[in-house]
Amino acid sequence: MRPLLIRGGRVIDPTQGLDAVLDLYLRDGAVAELGEGLAYEGAEVVDASGLVVAPGLIDVHVHLREPGGEHKETISSGARAAAAGGFTSIVAMPNTSPPIDSPASVGFVVAEGQRAGAARVYPSGCITVGQMGEQLTEFGELVHAGAVCVTDDGRPVSSAGVMRLALEYAQTFDLPVAVHAEELTLSRGGSMNEGIVATRLGLTGIPNAAEDVMIARDLMLAELTGGRLHVQHVSTRGGVELIREARARGVRVSAEASPHHFTLTDAAVELYRTDAKMNPPLRSEADRDAVRRGVADGTLDVIATDHAPHHYDEKEQAFEDAPNGIVGLETALGLSYTELVATGLIDLATLVERMSCAPARAMSIRGGTLKRGQPADVTLIDPNAEWTVDPRTFLSLSRNTPFRGRALRCRAVRTIVGGRTVWEAAP
Amino acid sequence: MAHPTAPSLGKDLLALEDLTGEQILSILDTAETFKEISVRPIKKVPALRNRTIVNAFFENSTRTRVSFEFAEKRMGADTVSISTTGSSVQKGETLVDTARNLEAMGVDMVVIRHSSSGSARFLAERIPSNVVNAGDGKHEHPTQGLLDLLTIRDHRGPIDKLKVCIVGDVLHSRVARSNIWGLRRLGAQVAVCGPRTLLPPAIEEMGVTVFRRVEEAIEWADVLNVLRLQLERMTGGFIPSLREYNRVFGVTRARIESAPRNVLVLHPGPMNRGVEIDSDVADGPQSVILQQVTNGVAVRMAVLYLLSGHAPETAEAAKRGGDA
Ligand SMILES: [Zn+2]
Repeated sequence: MRPLLIRGGRVIDPTQGLDAVLDLYLRDGAVAELGEGLAYEGAEVVDASGLVVAPGLIDVHVHLREPGGEHKETISSGARAAAAGGFTSIVAMPNTSPPIDSPASVGFVVAEGQRAGAARVYPSGCITVGQMGEQLTEFGELVHAGAVCVTDDGRPVSSAGVMRLALEYAQTFDLPVAVHAEELTLSRGGSMNEGIVATRLGLTGIPNAAEDVMIARDLMLAELTGGRLHVQHVSTRGGVELIREARARGVRVSAEASPHHFTLTDAAVELYRTDAKMNPPLRSEADRDAVRRGVADGTLDVIATDHAPHHYDEKEQAFEDAPNGIVGLETALGLSYTELVATGLIDLATLVERMSCAPARAMSIRGGTLKRGQPADVTLIDPNAEWTVDPRTFLSLSRNTPFRGRALRCRAVRTIVGGRTVWEAAP
Repeated sequence: MAHPTAPSLGKDLLALEDLTGEQILSILDTAETFKEISVRPIKKVPALRNRTIVNAFFENSTRTRVSFEFAEKRMGADTVSISTTGSSVQKGETLVDTARNLEAMGVDMVVIRHSSSGSARFLAERIPSNVVNAGDGKHEHPTQGLLDLLTIRDHRGPIDKLKVCIVGDVLHSRVARSNIWGLRRLGAQVAVCGPRTLLPPAIEEMGVTVFRRVEEAIEWADVLNVLRLQLERMTGGFIPSLREYNRVFGVTRARIESAPRNVLVLHPGPMNRGVEIDSDVADGPQSVILQQVTNGVAVRMAVLYLLSGHAPETAEAAKRGGDA
């Protein structure tokens, strides 16, 4: 592999407090040099003037649907879609069919991810066998096979006792326990946010409390056990507040905001648009604003997509019958920039922190930094690019997005994994 | 009789939320014209001759289906009725495939009843035929709302002077939502009353008052629309028991008689006598429940007539047999 010299870009690396026009030299899959006026014989030179050079973006919440849902997405198509969105690493959720709850299935995800040769694919494993919420999986074996966290995402761990054991046992491996916070007896039958829109549409709502009570419970259990808690896709103002308070008390917690939750409200469900159906649901304006503030002040330290592909005919149903979720890999950077940076809520360095550095820390995976000797995972970003979301161009196998036709600013133009360009925008 | 400046209804009738007060009045006025047809010896006009109408009922409702069928036959339409009930998974498939099949067959109008909220809109967006929502999930039942409005107007005059309270299981009721929109568009004051477990969250934001106690509601109202308690839902624990419901929220003779004015009582049927309404109220002088049924046919004739492209002004001629 030829060494790569990325010249004259605006290098933003919050782990080194860096925001300056510099050259970046990548060799043997690692960051070799960072400085001014670099020149190396035999290197492929990339002119990055006008571009941002950032540590590769990392998405810790991606559904790849393989095994069992290959018509929606495969590990390979998902990894390529990730690269096209500027992501150099993604964490695959284990709620496939069958679920990833054994070392063999974790190994399968690792192997398929490597074969894809696009973004790095890190598996997560289930917290409980078959996601049934009862028996813990073999955390040690899963970690040995390559899992970076455990989660029953798609479902909560309803038993507080089981959740306590998971947070305690995971400490043997310093393993984060990621949670989909939902109290099922409060959300039962619900297909969108509880409120006036649901009432008008005649749909059963899911109250904020269904999420808040579980976040509160899990924060208390993390406090009790000292375990590492990662709260997925926080959508409520109450949830943001609970996490803010817990972190101030020293609870070990990281938390995600999804671009759809800081961009849309439940008004997007009007006319029964199933592309706006997701769980947790799109909430009120007050919730959306709380999620934005949570991202800005770092309470929600991680931006993650919850990329959830579905085949078109599965969404083509009456609202209550349609599955939850939207695709997110290829719109995340544009939405985050347009909604958070272009509006002045956060600066570019903070965006890089939320989409690269913090996700790497939350899952203890390599990347999220351009320090010398670290993996040569780099995303070149054009912050001034203006583009319109056209799902037909997605590399994901699925097209379910409520952002069709939305004008965005900023996009990735080159994605480099281990020093190798895995995706490049058409010139 | 027809409203002179009545705007057209558009392609479909999906929800009263979509209609203006003018459009609603034009339907009511047209229905008023058509009422007379139902009491003739030969109850037929050729206004919808050569039109094909499919009644697609994916959920049981003999009452509504029969009312539509009468309306269609009295207008001279060719009709087919399909009724299916299926599991939740089959439902979605059926709907998409039904839409494609209906489109392929080139039917003029479709009347749809379905257990999923939004299903009528789903169908309407996918086929060129006129679609009439005959009840979709917990969303709306616009022709029921219209026939309630017509019945109230028959007995109490202009709607805008009235206070109407909807009593009972508002949460699961499509009738309630259609009533709220229709009544509010015509300027009535609207309230709801029932146990909080059977009132939808944020219902106040639809512009209605909430009464916690049925006695207060009856004291306030000119008209009570008593909703059916959906007994099959009560296993969910929304109320402790039917007996307690009747004691606390039942529309009883004693409560009606203690009202400061003569209250008009409606019920969309079928009734649970002795639960949400007592028999001596249902059969009493305040009750207009049977007129509701009669008006249902006239309202549906009017809706089908207007959706098929006829102007409200021509209703009088159509009634006399002219194929306007
Ligand atoms: Zn989830």
